[in-house]
Amino acid sequence: MGKRLKVASNGPLLLFLLFLLFLLQPVAATASSGGGGGPDDPAAGWDHLFHEMLIDITVIGLVFALVTLYLMVKYRRKEPGQQGTPVRLSRGAMLGWALIPAFAFMADDFYLALKGWDLFNDYRNVPEESYEVKLESRLWNWSFTYPNGVQTMDELRVPEGKPVVLRMTSADVVHSLFLPDFRVKEDSMPGRITYLWFYPKNRGEYVFTCAEYCGLLHSNMKGKLIVMPAEDFFAWLEEEAKIKGG
Amino acid sequence: MNTQPGGIGRTLKEWIFTTDHKRVGVLYLIGSLAAFVIAGLMALLIRIELAEVGATITTSSTYNVWLYFHGAAMILAFQIPALTGFFANYFIPLMIGARDVAFPRLNALSVWLFWMAIVLALLTFVIPNPPDIMWTGYPPYSTTYTPGNTAFYTFTVLLFGFSSIAGGVNLITTIVKMRAPGMGWNQLNIFVWCILGAFILQLIFVPVLGSAVTMLSFDKYLGTSFFSPAAGGDVLLYQNLFWFYSHPAVYVIFLPFIGVVFEIVSTFARQRPFNYKVAVYGGIFGTVLISGEVWVHHLFTSGMPGWIRTGMMVTTLLISIPVGLMMISLAGTLYKGAIEYRTPMLYGVGFIFLFLIGGLTGIPHAMVSLDLHLQDTHFVVAHFHYVMAVAGTFSIFGGVYYYLPKITGRMYSEGLGKLGFWVTFVGVNITFFAMFIVGLRGMPRRYFDYSQFPELEGLHQIQTYGAYIIALGFAITFIAWIHALVAGEKATGNPWGSKSLEWFTPETPPGHGNWGPELPKISEDWTPYDYGEK
Repeated sequence: MGKRLKVASNGPLLLFLLFLLFLLQPVAATASSGGGGGPDDPAAGWDHLFHEMLIDITVIGLVFALVTLYLMVKYRRKEPGQQGTPVRLSRGAMLGWALIPAFAFMADDFYLALKGWDLFNDYRNVPEESYEVKLESRLWNWSFTYPNGVQTMDELRVPEGKPVVLRMTSADVVHSLFLPDFRVKEDSMPGRITYLWFYPKNRGEYVFTCAEYCGLLHSNMKGKLIVMPAEDFFAWLEEEAKIKGG
Repeated sequence: MNTQPGGIGRTLKEWIFTTDHKRVGVLYLIGSLAAFVIAGLMALLIRIELAEVGATITTSSTYNVWLYFHGAAMILAFQIPALTGFFANYFIPLMIGARDVAFPRLNALSVWLFWMAIVLALLTFVIPNPPDIMWTGYPPYSTTYTPGNTAFYTFTVLLFGFSSIAGGVNLITTIVKMRAPGMGWNQLNIFVWCILGAFILQLIFVPVLGSAVTMLSFDKYLGTSFFSPAAGGDVLLYQNLFWFYSHPAVYVIFLPFIGVVFEIVSTFARQRPFNYKVAVYGGIFGTVLISGEVWVHHLFTSGMPGWIRTGMMVTTLLISIPVGLMMISLAGTLYKGAIEYRTPMLYGVGFIFLFLIGGLTGIPHAMVSLDLHLQDTHFVVAHFHYVMAVAGTFSIFGGVYYYLPKITGRMYSEGLGKLGFWVTFVGVNITFFAMFIVGLRGMPRRYFDYSQFPELEGLHQIQTYGAYIIALGFAITFIAWIHALVAGEKATGNPWGSKSLEWFTPETPPGHGNWGPELPKISEDWTPYDYGEK
């Protein structure tokens, strides 16, 4: 678009062209995104999609704000009695001003929504090889039960490099397990079993915490996620089982 | 009962037993501003508590009561009554050229119920076990485990609800049946359409909220088990019922406040609203149509089935169309206008930018996958503060400045008004922009302490500084209003040169019956926005 626009008398036209620009913007985003990579880490997918979303809404916001600012400055009152010049729209222009921005905006939204849906499926389809831990929340702690019956409180240890699925319920009120570093949360509640899964790729310690208001110690309902090398993890699990059994 | 013809009554009795829509409106304004001050004070205390990691000025149980009061009062006692109580009651009859609302006594009942609800809400700070269940009141916490008084919450909500239903029946009838002779549907102010839309939503959805909170108290005090899984109930039933009302409630607030801004912007730009018909039939009625089909986006992490989460993602994205159309129409109104930047107009254009930030940050929340991280964090708190709390308050403040000369016959001080605007504008952006970042980094909402996120302390401090600035801005604004009441210059009947009917009452403030002996006659080509040559 090298051609210089006659912005002075064509505010709406400018607005209109910029909306067309939104329409093209996701296409540009596709061109720049690499694709590829492992399909299944929702946290990485989240970061990627959020980044794209952030660019998208920033562009839309800036364009809208700049056009508004331009109109605000351009059409300020020059003399006291001055009136606005009525803008009469033909039926076609009326509909155009409704349908074209709506279409462009939706095209952009649904383009991102499609990716969002894809990512949602990653979040909700638990990989078959996942390691399953049961979780029961109560006022105000989290208790985890491993497949061999070992239980821990406010501490979840998992093997590195293996997807982990939590099957969750609650003994009393609604809580929500939130793993900020893994970009995921899901409520746990009495009478239902909910689940979430995450992919602990790197060893280390992470925070999990409660995200659904549950009274006095809500903000204190936190714990540690410890991602360990697989062999260390299974050794620890066996050791714990022995202690419990013996 | 209205012995005095003038707008402002002399005795308390005249105010309490009034059936005049203007006095009812002013009573709504006083009550809602009182609620705003107290709930705003709670917000400031909350910010002070969060400025540092750990307990600083209070205990967790008191903090939770503040949070409850702040949320419940700001929505139910400030925004909805200020917009659908004050603005609607005072200005709908004036805008449509009527002498009063259709059912003046019902109107009096509505404001009485509102005041009783305000008193009940304020008793929160007096009773031994104040509710700490947040304005959402989720069971089973609210039914079985809370030390607080859930019945208080139920009755407060019910009173506000009844008050609003009475107002809704009244104003819808007024708009449909009492327009001045000759006034057609396409000659209504945008604000009138917005109120019509908002009250249609209230009438459809308030009963759902009423039944939900009633079932809550039945469960707690009468031993029923609607929400208790142990006896076959379901905790998610409540969340669905609650949001089935409370999402449309967002539009009950949104429609009137954007309506007020339309009136302000149109008057100060001396320009008719851009693409009026699309804004009304597409924007307002599109919103009304879709607003009841999006509530599950509040339950994106509540274990709802995947298909309904993605379905409601689609409807949620769809609702950005009507809202977007209204925003285009609003900004487009500036085009070829003759804009004057008085205090109300600053709030009006300030609104556009704040609402833009709030609206666009809603899109990540609409994406169900992105919401799995953002839900229940400070990111969503910042989003709805921009989109509802801040944008709504700017609209209400702008509206109060705009109509102050008509209501009181006095002019405010332009210097104080503009100063208040700028201080507030800077403050809200500091506080709520920092809040986005904190939320993105994982800070959950409704936290008394954040020892698991010590790295966020700096950003929390910035938000608290912002809150001080906001408080200062609000203080200046209230001083400006009080100054206008006490020492303001006498205002003329139509100081802004508006073409809208509410500015053409024979007296200022308008007398009882509004119009003198004869109702205004509306010619076929009249609109409330007849600026420039025909």
